[in-house]
Amino acid sequence: MDKYVKVPMDGDVIKRLQAGDYVYLTGTIYTARDAAHKRIFDTMKNGGELPLDLDGTVIYYMGPSPAREGRVIGSAGPTTASRMDKYTPDFLDAGLKGMIGKGKRSEAVKEAMIRNRAVYFAAVGGAGALLSHTVKNSKVIAYADLGTEAVYELQVENFPVVVVIDSEGNDLYETAAERYRV
Amino acid sequence: MRIIQTSVITDHIKEMCIEANHFLAPDMEECLNRAEQTEKAPLGKKILGQLKENLQIAGEDMIPICQDTGMAVIFMEIGQEVHFEGGFLEDAVNEGVRRGYIEGYLRKSVVRDPLIRENTNDNTPAVIHYELTAGEQVRITVAPKGFGSENMSCVFMLKPADGIDGVKNAVLTAVREAGPNACPPMVVGVGIGGTFEKCALLAKKALTRPASERSPIPYIREMEDELLVSINKTGIGPGGLGGSSTAFAVNINTYPTHIAGLPVAVNICCHVNRHVVREI
Repeated sequence: MDKYVKVPMDGDVIKRLQAGDYVYLTGTIYTARDAAHKRIFDTMKNGGELPLDLDGTVIYYMGPSPAREGRVIGSAGPTTASRMDKYTPDFLDAGLKGMIGKGKRSEAVKEAMIRNRAVYFAAVGGAGALLSHTVKNSKVIAYADLGTEAVYELQVENFPVVVVIDSEGNDLYETAAERYRV
Repeated sequence: MRIIQTSVITDHIKEMCIEANHFLAPDMEECLNRAEQTEKAPLGKKILGQLKENLQIAGEDMIPICQDTGMAVIFMEIGQEVHFEGGFLEDAVNEGVRRGYIEGYLRKSVVRDPLIRENTNDNTPAVIHYELTAGEQVRITVAPKGFGSENMSCVFMLKPADGIDGVKNAVLTAVREAGPNACPPMVVGVGIGGTFEKCALLAKKALTRPASERSPIPYIREMEDELLVSINKTGIGPGGLGGSSTAFAVNINTYPTHIAGLPVAVNICCHVNRHVVREI
């Protein structure tokens, strides 16, 4: 069913989200993909100060194309989440509550999601032009030297996603393919 | 002999990079339309509708179809009667990529060293495949390749005894493994034969074939059709969220091979299967 959710999310909202729900997100999310994950992870391990507070945060695995003049952002669709799996359990243990990406997650990530009551959303891969229209504001808040891989703070309005793995570990990728297998 | 200035190549490559990233070939749009009509899964149908809308927005607002504007894969088929003047051809090709990606607001996704990983900031170098042909034409194919699907591609060094069943099994294994990661509906390029590197190149080139064009070899054509049906029965569906639209096409290219081998490469591409061809 369709749900409208404000981000960051509180625990009650997360608990109500179930694998298969179609959700429109409105609020603040942060981008981080491969290179930013590595830096954040290394900073955590070295006890340094993180560029963003992970507690309660939703991270979008995304590196946009450059914005044309007068536009907020360029094409802005999800990248493959599994490349972040190596770092994700530590992020979840540090308070990360939501992830937006596409594709399968590891068992270690699923366990950390259940342990920390977090949710994994999929956005439509290859629909970056469409998704860019839901981004109302965008600014780089860390690692500007990484270019497209910098950490962006995004204000989104009705950003469309599907709950793929909910906070109890139900995985839509497994059940949906099973259901439509002929 | 025909003389071509390399600056002409630069201009073409620049335009083709921008075109490929904003406008899909008509055959891919047709596939999308057909899939939206036949898809039974409600969520799958909704996603196909979004992909159509995305294409429209991309073209009208000049926003790349996908933010992953790819590594520029370029096939240069060069007639042997052609002589290039005005600088080194490879530099001219890369200059076209550089201008296309900077002036076209395309994402710079290339790192100079695979392990040190520093962005080159202009999406160069391209991956260029040269082929010498008869005559005095130059045929350029620009196929920017996204890595969500590239990462799910693989090479299988099968045994001759594995035969047709072994090949089909390899393709289905790759597709199942790719699942939602490769942004389905996908196009599956398959190379059979040659050597380790030749079959990979065959598979890559198979992706540039129009989706409506089948193999001229009857038994290979049959295998293409059969594999497409099997892939669409996996249930993976649009976005991997369930349905019957998992692939738009299976394109197989073959080449002679060694008595001891049966190399098979599966190069997967998402629905944003970009390829622009120009003959000059």
